[in-house]
Amino acid sequence: MSIVVDGISKYFGNFQALHDVSLELPEGKLTALLGPSGSGKTTLLRIIAGLESAERGRILFNGQDVTALHVRDRNIGFVFQHYALFRHLTVAQNIAFGLDALPRRERPSKPEIRKRVAELLEMIQLPHLANRYPSQLSGGQKQRVALARALATQPRILLLDEPFGALDARVRKDLRRWLRALHDEFHFTSVFVTHDQEEALELSDQVVVMSQGRVEQVDAPAALYARPDSRFVFDFLGHVNVLSGRIQGQVLRQGEAWVRLPGQPPEQDAQLYLRPHEVRLVPKPTPHACLPFTVEAVSLIGAEVRVELSPAGWESEEIWEVGISHGEFARQPLARGDRWYATPDVGHLFLAHAEKPDTLHWEPAHYLEAAGSGI
Amino acid sequence: MSQSASRAIGRPLVGRSKRVLPGFGLSLGISLLFVSLVLLLPVTGLVVETSGMSWDQFWFVITDPRVVESYKVTLWTALSASLFNGLFGLLLAWVLVRYDFPGKRLVDAVVDLPFALPTAVAGITLATLFAETGWYGQLLARLGLEVAFTPLGIVVAMAFTSIPFVVRTVQPVLEEIAPEDEEAAMSLGARDARVFRKVLFPALWPAIVTGVALSFTRSLGEFGAIIFIAGNTPYVSEVTSLMIFVRLQEYDYAAASAIASVVLITSLTLLFLINLWQSRYLRRLEGRR
Repeated sequence: MSIVVDGISKYFGNFQALHDVSLELPEGKLTALLGPSGSGKTTLLRIIAGLESAERGRILFNGQDVTALHVRDRNIGFVFQHYALFRHLTVAQNIAFGLDALPRRERPSKPEIRKRVAELLEMIQLPHLANRYPSQLSGGQKQRVALARALATQPRILLLDEPFGALDARVRKDLRRWLRALHDEFHFTSVFVTHDQEEALELSDQVVVMSQGRVEQVDAPAALYARPDSRFVFDFLGHVNVLSGRIQGQVLRQGEAWVRLPGQPPEQDAQLYLRPHEVRLVPKPTPHACLPFTVEAVSLIGAEVRVELSPAGWESEEIWEVGISHGEFARQPLARGDRWYATPDVGHLFLAHAEKPDTLHWEPAHYLEAAGSGI
Repeated sequence: MSQSASRAIGRPLVGRSKRVLPGFGLSLGISLLFVSLVLLLPVTGLVVETSGMSWDQFWFVITDPRVVESYKVTLWTALSASLFNGLFGLLLAWVLVRYDFPGKRLVDAVVDLPFALPTAVAGITLATLFAETGWYGQLLARLGLEVAFTPLGIVVAMAFTSIPFVVRTVQPVLEEIAPEDEEAAMSLGARDARVFRKVLFPALWPAIVTGVALSFTRSLGEFGAIIFIAGNTPYVSEVTSLMIFVRLQEYDYAAASAIASVVLITSLTLLFLINLWQSRYLRRLEGRR
């Protein structure tokens, strides 16, 4: 079932939580609503569910206007961050709740309900816990029971509000994979809210980035990461290194730092956004760039070696981060306090008043020889 | 100096309390002394007074027909009043927790009025209001209902004096129920009645039972508010606490204590049973079966 959000505005008193939000969530896809707290993502999800009403705009399921429909008549599954299991009911009774609540003519018979609950318990791999009470379960188990409960009536739409937010990292990773598999198997349309960009990019088919009640960008994860549309999305999707300076001639300059830009932008203030993997470290300046740094810290944990750098002879609001492979690090180790230079492969230039960036590419081949071996 | 410091650190904590809060022994002692003086001693007095009677005498006093009739009146009026309070108190608590309206603070404060008001004042006020010439009495008379000076008046007085018990026990539990529980039930297609019956009520149930039980036991012993409105007709509208009072007036302290001990034992047994039931119910909810 496809979902269309058409011009939704929502106020809480004088505070406008959503500004004329319009979205299309295609059938059978897993969409992430990503944003910092207060961006309106949960409010939007609750409006889609019918748990909250909007002042303006419409919600359509499969082209049908459901704006005026009560949550109980929308046939959606909703999963809450804190599970919201009924604590006086057993796991099996919790899962059966939606089936028991069906009007008499649609309600399956008692044995059928039992069978369906058994299947769902099998699906969440907890058949042995059927007669336990929620307080006897771990967080991950509770969330799986909540999912089974939401899926019991076979809704065509599954909405999840920060479903993994209250779980520890390990369980979260497991559950994420499990949800992805479940989604691929049943092909309902799913929407989940998260503030974790890694979770959004890993799990979803489509990411909706929100900020201050507005949609910033809608894209597939790969496209979103490759071409963020705004300063906000850059800042939000992991670390980004920023060189703020003034363009004079072909060069963006600040203090002792400069980068030669391809093309001929007019003289003005500008910011160059570079992500950790779009930058190389070299021992000497290259013909393209001179970005002097002092190595502040080297972190060896993870798939990459993460190097933290502080600008030398110029200024940056935040510390710079560059990721290099363990192989490169083994060939040319960096130590705290060393002086290194950064040089960009790909960069994203925001001109003074521009909303969107220009993506720039530098040819790496020749300067590497000029500058000696870089990493 | 370093020597003294190391000595202070090295000093073993023999015989010293390791609790975070000091004064456990003292505070427990004061509490027990207070409980003994104020609660246990009078009860002991009751037992001592009664123990002067032989078993036959005791039985004779507590099964006096007029007294037995007063038990019946007291029980059914207290039961009616506390059940009424269970319903109305739940409604009141619901309104106070779930809705915002101007004057909510005031209504919340007024709930405690029956506790603050001397019960005799309440009784006189109610009797005036419900008398045939009173504001309510006139209206009810047209409907053919007589409240003042009938057992119905006893119910009214009991309900009035014990309503805060239900409201004040249900209110905090209701406040703690997460709105998500209701939302979850609704998202699963449940109608309002079903949400209440299957989700809210089971969570509120122990608090309602406790509130009703407190209201009931309080009503069993209520005196001041009742005697002004009950009419006190023997065999019809006499409550047990009045019988105790009558015996005291006759300087028959032993008989008074005997009847009082019946009320006391009934109340204590009831409260104890409710406590037992409730702890089992809650234990199940908390998963420590």
